[in-house]
Amino acid sequence: MLTIKNLHAEVEGKKILKGINLEINKGEMHAIMGPNGSGKSSLASVLAGRDNYTVTEGEVWFNGKNLLDLSPEDRAREGVFLAFQYPVEIPGVSNLNFLKTALNEIRAYKGLPALEAREFLKLTKEKQQLVDFHSNLMNRSLNEGFSGGEKKRNEIFQLAMLDPQLAILDETDSGLDIDALRIVSNGVNKLRDAEKSFVVITHYQRLLEYIIPDFVHVLYNGRIIKTGTKELALELEERGYDWLKEELHLKESV
Amino acid sequence: MINSNEIIDDIANKEYEFGFTTDIEMDIAPPGLNEDIIRFISAKKNEPEWLLEWRLKGFAAFKKMEFPKWQHFEMPALDLQAVSYYAAPRKKKQLNSLDEVDPELLATFEKLGIPLNEQKALTGVAVDAVFDSVSVATTFKGKLKEMGVIFCSFGEAVQEHPELVKKYLGSVVPHTDNIFAALNSAVFSDGSFVYIPKGVRCPMELSTYFRINAQNTGQFERTLIIADDNSYVSYLEGCTAPMRDENQLHAAVVELVALEHAEIKYSTVQNWYPGDKDGKGGIYNFVTKRGICKGAASKISWTQVETGSAITWKYPSVILQGDHSEGEFYSVAVVRNKQIADTGTKIHHIGKGTKSRIISKGISAGHGDNSYRGLVSVGPRADNARNFTQCDSLLIGNQCGSHTFPYIESRNKSAMIEHEATTSKIGEDQIFYLNQRGIDSEKAVALIVNGYVKEVLNQLPMEFAVEAQKLLSITLEGSVG
Ligand SMILES: Nc1ncnc2c1ncn2[C@@H]1O[C@H](COP(=O)(O)OP(=O)(O)O)[C@@H](O)[C@H]1O
Ligand SMILES: [Mg+2]
Repeated sequence: MLTIKNLHAEVEGKKILKGINLEINKGEMHAIMGPNGSGKSSLASVLAGRDNYTVTEGEVWFNGKNLLDLSPEDRAREGVFLAFQYPVEIPGVSNLNFLKTALNEIRAYKGLPALEAREFLKLTKEKQQLVDFHSNLMNRSLNEGFSGGEKKRNEIFQLAMLDPQLAILDETDSGLDIDALRIVSNGVNKLRDAEKSFVVITHYQRLLEYIIPDFVHVLYNGRIIKTGTKELALELEERGYDWLKEELHLKESV
Repeated sequence: MINSNEIIDDIANKEYEFGFTTDIEMDIAPPGLNEDIIRFISAKKNEPEWLLEWRLKGFAAFKKMEFPKWQHFEMPALDLQAVSYYAAPRKKKQLNSLDEVDPELLATFEKLGIPLNEQKALTGVAVDAVFDSVSVATTFKGKLKEMGVIFCSFGEAVQEHPELVKKYLGSVVPHTDNIFAALNSAVFSDGSFVYIPKGVRCPMELSTYFRINAQNTGQFERTLIIADDNSYVSYLEGCTAPMRDENQLHAAVVELVALEHAEIKYSTVQNWYPGDKDGKGGIYNFVTKRGICKGAASKISWTQVETGSAITWKYPSVILQGDHSEGEFYSVAVVRNKQIADTGTKIHHIGKGTKSRIISKGISAGHGDNSYRGLVSVGPRADNARNFTQCDSLLIGNQCGSHTFPYIESRNKSAMIEHEATTSKIGEDQIFYLNQRGIDSEKAVALIVNGYVKEVLNQLPMEFAVEAQKLLSITLEGSVG
């Protein structure tokens, strides 16, 4: 579904991604871990098409399409969803109106008619329940005055509503207390199916106790330096990243 | 409520009745401003002596005045002697089909959803029917007449209802008010007149001869609306379709009078030609608008959506004279490219227990410069007067400007005056967030802007609000990214 080949990208003249290779198939759950500043959010941004990043080398294919050729909105319409590390606030735009617009834009792209008000509300209710999202947040302005946890939960709710093929969750767990973490993870697990793939970016092993990944990648200094299974996450939790860095330096000095 | 589109369709689809043979008599006075031209205008309009005298007093006041200097923009050079003060009713160049019309203009019509026949009429393309504004007005007037509502051109009111005109003309905006009002008093061409009798609730939105005629209202328009005791009227001015006009200076005057328990709602959508990207050629919209709540418990509400003109300079105001009267001002002003807006309101609390509410939403894009200027004054008699002002600015891009000049003068200790102001910016990260959810940048801006102006647009009649919303997104098209 997603193939990333030798991806290099820079921002403001600074090289951030330095040759990422990654293959994600349908239905897979990938975790990306790595120390702060290693380029995890940058990778998510490049995939989503944030325009302050310049791709200098490499390719990204999504369901046979060259993702890098598409505008950010078309990537979204093709089925790439990014749950932001820092969701923005948009005063004056109600959560509900925003979601209706987003959903209908995506539907229009796929040649589907806009959802009627009643159908839309039905869908909203259903997904609210699925991911345990407070209905009183629906009529509020998008993320305005939401707590950190509410914002993250709103990202997951949007994910449920928009039903993408590939969901990238950028540190959705950070800033959540243990209850919220459980709710968010449950939501994600309920959304998992054979058609959908996930990339979960996280610092902490604890999220991966709830959301069991098929693969764990370690991103360091703009490169994936190690790939393993969920055991790798445990090992990282115990030993930190230094041993990996040393391994890397040894390899590089050879 | 009458659907203006339906009426216009109706008219445009009507069979050929009288033909185009009645070429409108053209007479244009030579350029120049002097007493003779004022006498000429007055005579042309067959005006009574008292009105001529009033014009002349206006002219005398004008001669003693200078252009103001307090505005937050550089006053353009105006050569008032180069203007022709009588050019009436001008017939536009007739085109044969829409193919001859500027495609950009047509694209805008399309986006606004303006029906084809109306597009033709607006651009001066021959319609397969007689397009006779007078007859529209007549049908329309018939219905109103039954209720005793007077809705006619200013000139007609002078002939038919001189006592009303004489009583109220200049009673809210005197001929000495400001230099543009003085000029208007001296040379005003025509405009609208409305009188709603006691106890009548006007059953339809009154609009300046519908959209199509609105464009020929002229440079020095004069509007006078009187709502007698316990009456109600909602008046719409302007047009969402882009309006071009060779006249650069527009100095209109609007006077509203609300008597006891009466309510006047006055809504404007202004979309005059803003000039090109460098601001060349746009309209200067220097209008004096003021209403007086003369009677107790009366109410005047101004709603304006200002998207056009090179310079918009106006302060629709309310004098709250009657006890417990209420004034409102809802405004959206958009500037982009090199447009300038210096607009706001003045509310004078004079009577006891008077209330006012000011909601101003400025939007600046490109190199636009937007100023809110507002005055809330409370006189010594206005016990327990209350005002709430919310004054917001939204910036799109880094090169635009926004300024707020709120003035408060209170001479009564029991007055409660609240002022809130915010400035926000449409950020790239907001746009990107919406992009990431499948919404393109243009729609994203529209979504944010619509949310921002909602409180003001809610004041407009439904159809108008929908058009105004579209107009805003068209105006801001391409202003991001
Ligand atoms: N807009 C930017 N301008 C300059 N440097 C940036 C910008 N965004 C991110 N970076 C830099 O890119 C590197 C990777 O950041 P990021 O992708 O956020 O890391 P992570 O998500 O793994 O913590 C960091 O050194 C960060 O400072
Ligand atoms: Mg990050």
